[in-house]
Amino acid sequence: MGTQPVSRENEMIQVEALTKQFGAFRAVNGISFNIARGEILGLLGPNGAGKTTTLRMLTGFLKPTSGTIRVAGQPMDDQGLALKRMMGYLPESAPLYHDLLVFDYLRYVAEIRGLRAGARIERIRQLADICQIGDVMHKPIGVLSKGYKQRVGLAHAMMSDPQILILDEPTSGLDPNQIVEIREIIRQIGREKTVVLSTHILPEAEATCDRILIIHQGTIVADGATDQIKRSAAGEQRIHLTVAHADPEAVRDRLGKIDGVADVATETPANGTLPVVLVCRGEADLRGAVYHEIRQTDWDLLEFYRETQTLETIFRKLTRED
Amino acid sequence: MPQAWFVFKKEWTSYFTSPVAYIVISIFLLVTGWFFFSTFFIFNQADLRNFFAMLPLIFSFVVPAITMRLFSEELNIGSIETLLTLPVTRVQVIVGKFAAAVAFVAAMMLPTLAYPASISLMGRLDWGPVIGGYLGAILLGGAFAAIGLFASSLTRSQIIAFIVATAICFGLTLISRILFFLPETIVGVLAYLGTDHHFQNIAKGVVDTRDVVYFASVAFIGLYATHLSLREKD
Repeated sequence: MGTQPVSRENEMIQVEALTKQFGAFRAVNGISFNIARGEILGLLGPNGAGKTTTLRMLTGFLKPTSGTIRVAGQPMDDQGLALKRMMGYLPESAPLYHDLLVFDYLRYVAEIRGLRAGARIERIRQLADICQIGDVMHKPIGVLSKGYKQRVGLAHAMMSDPQILILDEPTSGLDPNQIVEIREIIRQIGREKTVVLSTHILPEAEATCDRILIIHQGTIVADGATDQIKRSAAGEQRIHLTVAHADPEAVRDRLGKIDGVADVATETPANGTLPVVLVCRGEADLRGAVYHEIRQTDWDLLEFYRETQTLETIFRKLTRED
Repeated sequence: MPQAWFVFKKEWTSYFTSPVAYIVISIFLLVTGWFFFSTFFIFNQADLRNFFAMLPLIFSFVVPAITMRLFSEELNIGSIETLLTLPVTRVQVIVGKFAAAVAFVAAMMLPTLAYPASISLMGRLDWGPVIGGYLGAILLGGAFAAIGLFASSLTRSQIIAFIVATAICFGLTLISRILFFLPETIVGVLAYLGTDHHFQNIAKGVVDTRDVVYFASVAFIGLYATHLSLREKD
């Protein structure tokens, strides 16, 4: 891509060479990316990778040390009121006033967001429905469980039905049922709106996002659609099998001769069974050939599967500390 | 700026949903009531001079107690992040919070109107100094609230915010009482810097522009310093 001009209309957020320095520590190191309208982008990375710092700069809460952010073609200036109006932001672990009632808080947000006096209650009612917080409306935020607090935070972010929704670890602290619900909400919003969310939970990014950006030590190590990332990081596959009544030497000898097998690793036999890992070159599926080979012996085949490249293995590969 | 009004409204309700407001008001009324009426009948004069004379000292620790929460709590629980990413400017936030603190000082002074009311029944009360005194109290409260707001924006600990603000307010109040020990060349400047002198002028019933300008400048400096301190957090 590089110097090639990008179509500007469809880019909601354009980030160029964004850097944030905290004293001697460089939290974000010259990252560039674009986010299209209607895209759900997942920011993925281990703890301390620079996800939260990046999101804070996108929302205008932190000023970048260098680099530019453009939202809908507008550069982010000091206070960026117009841009703040377009964005809803849920910071990590939903820091909200403890002493306010949920309803009072949401009304306050509605007021500041500039909703008309008549429309406020209606909107709060809708959000209570979407985020399922109707039954805690009259409790102080401080006494809520983490899951409820998170959902109040989500309602806060969605108050003005913003064009861009930025969510920092939106599902942390939720139980599995709630996670599914929140994902569903995010997916629904993502049909028309731009959503940026950060997470260090891989299945979450896989389930919710159209595109994933893997950040490690302040730089982008992978950027692309979920399956695109999976494909690009492939190139090596493994077949796991467990056999019984087999001699390790014979196994190595026999299976190593199959075309495409680079290495045969056998582990110590336990209870007469022998776990074997075949490392294969290229993308060809060797399972048929391996099975064919084993059928000609008198080994018992107990287990047999191919390790698919999960996002998890890719992630580990990309973010391993050197 | 309707946003500043909404911030004000939220802070104002927050004051009265927590017990802090009631505690601060009670302590303030107890302390002023006791100190004032314990000597009132000895002097046997129908005025509020003694009441206003001790107000700067009492405000020095009461007003910081009112303002200590305003930013420290936001910094502590992290809600500053949700607040500043809403479509409000820092100035609107500062103005809203400052106005709420000043309004609270006014609300706290309200019950003390019973003092002049009851005194006027006992003797001839000159209302000029009383009106001046209340006006001065609001100006003084505003100046101290701005200092308190600044101290609150420095730290996430409310106790540190309270101590820092009290130290500054006490310092400004006490300057006029230590002038005696200082070389004559700097006395003029320091006398101007002290709050007490300006406050007592107004409390005499003489509303001089110089004194009003003094309080307005202290308030402005405090608020501007708050603005800078918030901007530094980027």
